[in-house]
Amino acid sequence: TNPRLCLTAPIEFGVGHVVDGTSLVSAVCTAQGFVFNYSTHTSLLSADISALLLLTGDPAFNYQEHELNERLKRLYPAVNEEETPLPRSWSPKDKYSYIGLSQNNLRVHYKGHGKNHKDAASVRATHPIPAACGIYYFEVKIVSKGRDGYMGIGLSAQGVNMNRLPGWDKHSYGYHGDDGHSFCSSGTGQPYGPTFTTGDVIGCCVNLINNTCFYTKNGHSLGVAFTDLPPNLYPTVGLQTPGEIVDANFGQQPFVFDIEDYMSEWRAKIHSMIARFPIGERLGDWQSVLQNMVSSYLVHHGYCATAMAFSRATETMIQEDQTSIKNRQRIQKLVLAGRVGEAIDATQQLYPGLLEHNPNLLFMLKCRQFVEMVNGTDSEVRCFSVHSPKSQDSYPGSPNLSPRHGATNAHVHNTGNTDTLHTNIFEYAMHASKAKHIKLNLFTNVVYLHSPETSSAVDCVFWCVDSDSEMEIEAEHYSNGVTESSTRIMNGTYKHQEILQADDSSVDDSCSSRQLCGGNQAATERMIQFGRELQALSEQLCRQYGKNATHKKMLQDAFSLLAYSDPWNCPVGQQLDPMQREAICSALNSAILESQNLPKQPPLMLALGQATECVQLMARVRSGSCSFARVDNFLH
Amino acid sequence: MMACLLEAPLRISVLSEVTATSRHYVDRLFDPDPQNVLQGVIDMKNAVIGNNKQKANLIVLGAVPRLLYLLQQSSSSLELRTECAVVLGSLAMGTENNIKSLVDCHIIPALLQGLLCSDLIFIEACLRCLRTIFISPVTPVQLLYTDPTVIPHIMSLLSRSQHTQEYITQIFAHCCKTPEHQMVLFNHGAIQNIAPLLISPSYKVRMQALKCFSVLAYENAQVSMTLVNVLVDGEQLSQVFARMMQRDKPIEMQLTAAKCLTYMCRAGAIRTDDNCIILKTLPCLVRMCSKERLLEERVEGAETLAFLMEPDIELQRIASVTDHLVSMLADYFKYPSSVSAITDIKRLDHDLKHAHELRQAAFKLYASLGSNDEDIRKKITETENMMDRIVSGLSESSIKVRLAAVRCLHSLSRSVQQLRTSFHDHAVWKPLMKLLQNAPDEVLVMASSTLCNLLLEFSPSKEPILESGVIELLCSLTQSDSPALRVNGIWALMNMAFQADQKVKVEIVRALGTEQLFRLLSDPDTNVLMKTLGLLRNLLSTRPHIDQIMSSHGKQIMQAVTLILEGEHSIEVKEQTLCILANIADGNTAKELIMTNDDMLQKIKYYMGHSNVKLQLAATFCISNLIWNEEDGSQERQDKLREMGFVDILHKLTQASDPSLCDRAKTAMQQYLA
Repeated sequence: TNPRLCLTAPIEFGVGHVVDGTSLVSAVCTAQGFVFNYSTHTSLLSADISALLLLTGDPAFNYQEHELNERLKRLYPAVNEEETPLPRSWSPKDKYSYIGLSQNNLRVHYKGHGKNHKDAASVRATHPIPAACGIYYFEVKIVSKGRDGYMGIGLSAQGVNMNRLPGWDKHSYGYHGDDGHSFCSSGTGQPYGPTFTTGDVIGCCVNLINNTCFYTKNGHSLGVAFTDLPPNLYPTVGLQTPGEIVDANFGQQPFVFDIEDYMSEWRAKIHSMIARFPIGERLGDWQSVLQNMVSSYLVHHGYCATAMAFSRATETMIQEDQTSIKNRQRIQKLVLAGRVGEAIDATQQLYPGLLEHNPNLLFMLKCRQFVEMVNGTDSEVRCFSVHSPKSQDSYPGSPNLSPRHGATNAHVHNTGNTDTLHTNIFEYAMHASKAKHIKLNLFTNVVYLHSPETSSAVDCVFWCVDSDSEMEIEAEHYSNGVTESSTRIMNGTYKHQEILQADDSSVDDSCSSRQLCGGNQAATERMIQFGRELQALSEQLCRQYGKNATHKKMLQDAFSLLAYSDPWNCPVGQQLDPMQREAICSALNSAILESQNLPKQPPLMLALGQATECVQLMARVRSGSCSFARVDNFLH
Repeated sequence: MMACLLEAPLRISVLSEVTATSRHYVDRLFDPDPQNVLQGVIDMKNAVIGNNKQKANLIVLGAVPRLLYLLQQSSSSLELRTECAVVLGSLAMGTENNIKSLVDCHIIPALLQGLLCSDLIFIEACLRCLRTIFISPVTPVQLLYTDPTVIPHIMSLLSRSQHTQEYITQIFAHCCKTPEHQMVLFNHGAIQNIAPLLISPSYKVRMQALKCFSVLAYENAQVSMTLVNVLVDGEQLSQVFARMMQRDKPIEMQLTAAKCLTYMCRAGAIRTDDNCIILKTLPCLVRMCSKERLLEERVEGAETLAFLMEPDIELQRIASVTDHLVSMLADYFKYPSSVSAITDIKRLDHDLKHAHELRQAAFKLYASLGSNDEDIRKKITETENMMDRIVSGLSESSIKVRLAAVRCLHSLSRSVQQLRTSFHDHAVWKPLMKLLQNAPDEVLVMASSTLCNLLLEFSPSKEPILESGVIELLCSLTQSDSPALRVNGIWALMNMAFQADQKVKVEIVRALGTEQLFRLLSDPDTNVLMKTLGLLRNLLSTRPHIDQIMSSHGKQIMQAVTLILEGEHSIEVKEQTLCILANIADGNTAKELIMTNDDMLQKIKYYMGHSNVKLQLAATFCISNLIWNEEDGSQERQDKLREMGFVDILHKLTQASDPSLCDRAKTAMQQYLA
């Protein structure tokens, strides 16, 4: 069987069929009983914002801003604010002159004559409502109804005349306080709800899944007001008589209406739609695809025993032979244990020529080895310490640390550049946030994916897999479907957990017992010597292949560790985190697989990335349901 | 062993069709080797699963008594007893006839007895079978309560396993039908035992526990009051229920949780302005009425919502603007839809089955919505074809629909505006009168109550109703055994007599008969008495009417008045009676009936000095009428009353602190001065 089968299928789906892609992933994750732990890290943008917050003065304002950011993030997790910012206040630029703004552009008051409807005035929010919200909500409190209470709350498109109340013109929609009528792009209203006046809180909810809108009054839903709404509408309010004042709440305060409850209903709806997606007659095909995906995933990460048990139970074939899997498993184990030197030796012995052909990879490994020496875990320094390195050879049959994967920040590139075809590009991208002292290490694993069967533009896809988002596989769930050999698996699982705990404790105990190179003088000397060798290697590579900024930075960071008395608690100390081994481990693993003419990424991960990308595409083509079809919703 | 079964001739014919294999299964139950019996039962279990015909065959062949015998025999192995319970449970899963046969074989006491065994697997099998039997509508629920030791024992089994929890709560939820059942379960600790199950990891257990609470709390203040104070894992029960109403929870759970909170609220355990009612329960129930829900859910949702807001105008106002409820309900009348009739027989059948239920639920909800607020009533009457729907609902074959329709009409009839307009335009009195001719009491109560409103003097329907011979009908209602019907009958007559023609008044007195009138004046129900007095008062208005009626019935009326004034009655009753007396005093000839009755004058005097201002006022009014100047013989009456000491009293009353009493006394005094 060709493991690429499952890659081509989702790629062939057009945008209109994105649900297929998602349901495929959900099927993989649920049908086989696998449970993923997938946590999303704070996006760069919000990190920047919170950093900026520290710099500005007013603490009350900061608190409100913080509340707003937290609430918006929780309500609209699918929105990428770099692409589509959320409305946060009224726009001082996009309003009629009779409108006055105050209180951080959240309060609107009328300052015209208010003689007749020709004196009506509106203001739009700073940004249109992004489709990726799925369900969008804002509230307006009537501070004062003024003379006549001719107030309209609603939505309008960019460019709609502001010398009007919302609802009177094309692409404009409003609910008016004086008569309780709804105005759907028309000068005449329809009976809709109750009237509203001073003290009332009116909410407006836009459902971007079915393109409808309903209002709330003091926390009670009034029912659908508009259907078939166009995209890119702005929250809008309009006033018409003197004394009218309203305050907007775009998330600065808790909402009176329980919008999250409403969202939860739609989330459940979308999820059940995906879960019930009909697969018709193709049940058998799906099953074998899924089995292959699971099997190839297990093989890829070297879960040898599990993979064998799985293939026996499902009667699937494993392409790679068992020895090869075990070899990779052993190397991965070494890297994950921080014994990079041994891993390099083993790789050179088992796959001669591999590292010679991959000087970048070798350099990365050596850099890591240096870091592990500082850590005191690499065997070259460990042999000096009291612990016997041999004691660590009793590692179980499964890799000791679960691999780390991410599938966020995927970008689609249409590119004709075939030079990159099947080449593995690994880059260390060092992002230093100006506002923060801590440098964020973003490991970007760029994988070029090509399906040889098709040659259309869409089949050329770049996957930038950002490992800053992690996903862990919990090994104890592997016993699903392989009950007959459960004792063996259980055994492995047990040890697996034990090692995880050991790693954890080594991190946690840092303050008391962690010392440079394990605190051994000879080891420190060895490390310094190794550092010189590394420096020499860098220079050699530089001569051979030209300058490499990434290498330089990597080396610098590694050496910087020595500049601090406590490297674990220094600005570059994150390098010492055992989690950092996972990236290099999977890079090495992929390189080995590729050298064996095997896929360098497991199809399961590609499908995950594919699904994630599809969901993001949905946001761009304004399909609101993407908000509730997030891939991470299915990775429990 | 078959001989005993062959007695009934009917069975012979059935037996002839029974296959030999079925007989073989039963025969094996009688095998001398217990091991073979066990294998036989296991084979039987596998044979009956999902096979209704096989189940019926085995029942006819007498497998049940033998299985029950094996189940009860202490010499049987536990495995055998368990398998027997499983097979019996399987048989119960079949048709209703199967259940009947099982119950006839006394399966319930046998299984309840089985619960005393210590083996959990066996207990679970017995409970599963009991569950299946008790949730069937053909099983008399009383059978659960006949042995008083059963409930406490079952309660103690709740802790045994998730399965016992599921089955027991399901049994309770189905077998708690009366206040007595509620109290039995309550007194045996149902609340404390079941509350922790609301956070069980098993959805089924959570759901059945929730259902238990809804049936326990229904119209039960004691249970409801206890429930509000229960904590589940440190959380108040109302919060647990509120969480179960979250919109991503299964509909069944949302609806049942909303029912629990509704019942607790109606029992006074939760305030109607509590956020969990106003912001959670009410919107949840409105959602249950939406088109997206199943027909059954919409019926339950509407009925529960109607119940929740019936006594509270604020809830009615909120509901009336929530999610277009008023127009959403109009959809309840569109079943079976015209589409379903042609395209899909199955759906037509489904629609037809629920059509009545939907209509009555909608009427009930409209009735509740419109019971207090005039604007809401207007909104309801303006809903598409609303009045036509009520009119046709009044003459539907289903009693439930008729009752609900008349309730709705009654609620809307509280509106002066609607009485004047839509009620008259749609001639709702016609079907209403028809309904009154021949209907069960509960319908009659509502219909006559509505009629009372239609007979108000400003109602344009009053005239045509009068012409339709309603008086006889109302008079017959006053003879009903039901106090509610007597009240409505006399109330309607009272309304009818208000400012009515002489002809109508005479007709009322004639049709009712003085005997019945006086019988009503001694009615044990105060409401009846009050409305009868009201009727008398309305009859005795305008001078010629007073004189005419008093000339023919004066003696009896004076007697009745004396009797009431002397009896132990409420202030309101006495006030009303004094008002009648004041009306009599306004007559030309009728006056003399009082003036010649010294005893009565003494009574009036007494009430002028009463501690209650209302009674003083009414009595003074009466005296004022008697001494009114411009009438014949006023001088003699004034003199007589002065002699009796009335002037002194009047003088005293001119100093009264109550301004209207003071004014009244002054006006009376002026009659002497003039």
